[in-house]
Amino acid sequence: MRAAIITFPGSNRDGDVARALRKAGAETVSVWHGENALPPGTDLAVLPGGFSYGDYLRCGAIAARSPAMDAVRAHAAGGGLVLGICNGFQMLCESGLLPGVLMRNAQLRFICRRQHLRVERNDTAFTSAYEAGQVIDVCVAHGEGNYVADPETIARLEGDGRVAFRYCDAHGEITDEANCNGSLNAIAGIWSPGFNVLGMMPHPENLIDPLIGGTDGAGLFASLCRAKADAA
Amino acid sequence: MKARVTVTLKNGVLDPQGKAIEGALKSLDIAGVNSVRQGKVFDIEIDAADADAARATLEQACERLLANTVIENYRVELV
Repeated sequence: MRAAIITFPGSNRDGDVARALRKAGAETVSVWHGENALPPGTDLAVLPGGFSYGDYLRCGAIAARSPAMDAVRAHAAGGGLVLGICNGFQMLCESGLLPGVLMRNAQLRFICRRQHLRVERNDTAFTSAYEAGQVIDVCVAHGEGNYVADPETIARLEGDGRVAFRYCDAHGEITDEANCNGSLNAIAGIWSPGFNVLGMMPHPENLIDPLIGGTDGAGLFASLCRAKADAA
Repeated sequence: MKARVTVTLKNGVLDPQGKAIEGALKSLDIAGVNSVRQGKVFDIEIDAADADAARATLEQACERLLANTVIENYRVELV
């Protein structure tokens, strides 16, 4: 598994996601946002969390128009894997690679806390190391994570099984209290129609080391490395 | 040429910031405020052959960057 992690001005989780991927067995390459091609042999393009361009204009909007995003778009069009976390999810929505938009959190506050997620399915390159319906304990840290899309888009996402993760409580129940930012249908992450592009607000890369308090995030990176091994 | 581009949220899109401002205005006893929607204004200086060309360029700027047309409308005015 060769992962290209793209750094934008204001990205700050690129190092953490690289560490999580390497721990799972991947090779990581750092790519600057001004590059217009991904390194040869890239299996996975990663858009890390952070505050690209200081969240100016709209979160992820300016990063989504960078040269590297054209390369990411081409990579995705060829069936390549793309993972966008937090600010990366915002970029994927802004670039049109994923539908919908991430609005200001419903309660208007930046939230930074542990958060349970329900893994909706495990027959994908990103979630095979989990069980379908498994509840995982990761982190959220965002001010604009309130997923919104028009009713047709939501119906299509639900109908096609493209909701990857939902905010839930420790028992896997979807409740208003557990839906930390007010997202429609408690959506925390979605896939593209081909299931090769995943955008998610929570940070699995925070929870990969028992020293930090949990390892529930590690499964996502293990799944990606396994997907590459299975394909080889 | 000078232009003003106004970007506003589409009707029906929840605007928590506008709601908070509305609440703050009400708490200041500013009378008669029924609702507030927050938007953005861009004052742009642009070189163009004529007004139509400027308008066309600015519409492209809105479609490609200034507005997220999933949730926002835009208006271009030459001033």
